[in-house]
Amino acid sequence: METLIFALINGLIYGLLLFMLSSGLTLIFSMMGVLNFAHASFYMLGAYFAYTIGSVTGFWVALFLAPLLAGAAGAAVERWGLRRIHANGHVAELLFTFGLAYIIEEVVKIVWGNLAVPYRIPAELNFSAFELFGSQYPAYRIFMLFISIGMLISLWYLLKRTRIGLIIQAALTHPNMVASLGHNVPRIFMLVFAAGCALAGLAGVIGGNYLVTEPTMALAMGPIVFVVVVVGGMGSLEGAFIASLLIGFLQTFAVSIDISFADIFGFAGLAAGSEIGRITIASLAPVLPFLLLVVMLVVRPTGLLGEREF
Amino acid sequence: MTLNLKTGLTRSAVAAVVALGITAGTASAETLKIGFIDPLSGASAQTGDIELKHWKFAADKMNEAGGIGGMDVEFVAFDNKGDPKETLVQYQKAVDQGIHFVAQGVGSSVSAALTGAVLKNNERNPGEETIFFNIGGIDPSLTNDNCNFWHFAFDQNVDVKMEGLTNYIETLPDIKSVYIIAQDYSFGKSFIAAAEKMLAEKRPDIKIVGSELHPVAKVKDFTPYVQKIMSSGAEAVLTGNWGSDMTLLIKAAAAAGQEVPYFTYYGGAIGAPSAMGKSALGLVTQISDFHENADASPEQLAKQDEFEAKYPDTDYYYERTFTVLGMLKNAVEKAGGIHMIEVAKALEGMTYEGPFGTVTMRADDHQLLAPLFVSTFSDDVKRDVEKTGFGFKTDMLVTAESTAAPTTCQMVRPE
Repeated sequence: METLIFALINGLIYGLLLFMLSSGLTLIFSMMGVLNFAHASFYMLGAYFAYTIGSVTGFWVALFLAPLLAGAAGAAVERWGLRRIHANGHVAELLFTFGLAYIIEEVVKIVWGNLAVPYRIPAELNFSAFELFGSQYPAYRIFMLFISIGMLISLWYLLKRTRIGLIIQAALTHPNMVASLGHNVPRIFMLVFAAGCALAGLAGVIGGNYLVTEPTMALAMGPIVFVVVVVGGMGSLEGAFIASLLIGFLQTFAVSIDISFADIFGFAGLAAGSEIGRITIASLAPVLPFLLLVVMLVVRPTGLLGEREF
Repeated sequence: MTLNLKTGLTRSAVAAVVALGITAGTASAETLKIGFIDPLSGASAQTGDIELKHWKFAADKMNEAGGIGGMDVEFVAFDNKGDPKETLVQYQKAVDQGIHFVAQGVGSSVSAALTGAVLKNNERNPGEETIFFNIGGIDPSLTNDNCNFWHFAFDQNVDVKMEGLTNYIETLPDIKSVYIIAQDYSFGKSFIAAAEKMLAEKRPDIKIVGSELHPVAKVKDFTPYVQKIMSSGAEAVLTGNWGSDMTLLIKAAAAAGQEVPYFTYYGGAIGAPSAMGKSALGLVTQISDFHENADASPEQLAKQDEFEAKYPDTDYYYERTFTVLGMLKNAVEKAGGIHMIEVAKALEGMTYEGPFGTVTMRADDHQLLAPLFVSTFSDDVKRDVEKTGFGFKTDMLVTAESTAAPTTCQMVRPE
């Protein structure tokens, strides 16, 4: 029972962090048709910006400034990079973001060094929020939960209840029509790209001290974010949300399951001592999201809630 | 156009490599070069970086005292990114630069790849052999079934350390159940195997309530693992984790308010004490060949102080680097120069007076036998670690002789 509850809370927090990262990516993907390989790099930039700004101004100012900076970097990339390359087709854009991810990683290494930086949880939030089954629950995780939910509500409100949200939704599917109506579609693209990068930056700010801030953090997070976009379905924020939570729960639950292959396939004659029989579900936890990706592409190529195939 | 550019680039790259090789080759006449092959980037970069600082410090001290056989010792760093495949590339680079000694210490999987590559290289290039100083890869197979003549292990292998740690657990009758957690590769597997075997022999009353292998340097949040350990009701945890896996495991345990003893190999290694803080006092125990509060001579303490003054953000840890250079000096002098087979033969069975007692390079398997310390995180210490105000305090001394476990190594020696 307690395992279940802890896995639920931890899965929820990890899932919401994933959603914050992938919501921008899925919007950019459906709008421009570009899988932005550098998206997780903005997550990393957010964490490093917050570390540097935070060491001068404290965490709370960094919480606002760092995502804005990451968003500004994203806007610049779109305005002077992607927009020019757009004419050369999707492959050129894909290669551009691929190269960009490596450039950002190297720049981070040059500026902040190869090693992890001591980006820590602010002292105000470094206490335990409550005790559950004899285990303390850190307040910072609850804070992450609130930030994520706040972001979720504002994003939903912006897209579904405001005029700019309606235009963005229209530009997703009918860019030419929106342009004919007098809207500046390239500028909308830039704004969405910047907002997506800012969200990734925000995920970096609150995820960087919860996890570890190091130059490989983008590379470690990147593949998972793609899984979310594919499983959720192209252009579907609701799909990305469900997929994020699904992967969050899947990974945290799997860790607590000690059943081995021999227990499951014992009826087929798999011995407990054999090389395959010894593998437990817990040790498979890191692979499960990618297994989900492969199965999803085979069974339902549109993703959970997407309308187009990849 | 692009094609031309590419070939142009390749050509200049080849030229640069060739030029580098030539300069390195001529320089090796006056200096004794040791290739450092460990991660300086990637998830384990911090461990590699600190190890390199110790090597350079030990080399400086050796050079101040006249060097080895009249030659200055110089470390050449090769970044293997913690990856066995990259290690082979970097080793080849070292060999191409005319380097005859390589040192590595982060990750048993890397040590295994390197010891294989060294053996192959030495069989193919008689007269141009390489000797491998392993100061951290402690998978027991390296000094048992996969031992070879050119590999020298200066850290004590998993079985040797587990012998010491379980001797200590034998003195703690209150512990009735343990949970074992380790990294999912050769080292972690042998850690769990050794722990299960030795606990069953020495403390059959202890129940092992769980043994877990987790991915190496990939888990960023250990909370699910810690909660699993807590709900298993374990009264103590045994872990072989090192590097970020040790730091993050302890960080998650502290955040969850877990209050059971952790018996570790690397509780005192870099980053872990800062992550532990006050909540770990009296709970984290390690077994090691060195800790800062081990009884030592004033000269040894002065050496530690000098290191920490030179690198204010790093605590002194790898005493082994001095052991390697000290024994290498004696071996080179005995062999009368850098004659690789003679140097390796001189190292076999050599005894050396270290600051904490006599150490012996056992000839049977090239495993260094040294006195070990079992020590626990405490606030009652003279020298703290990582500016925490806390440090490690000796609980028990383990003599070198008592750790001399039998080996299955069939050493093949060249003529």
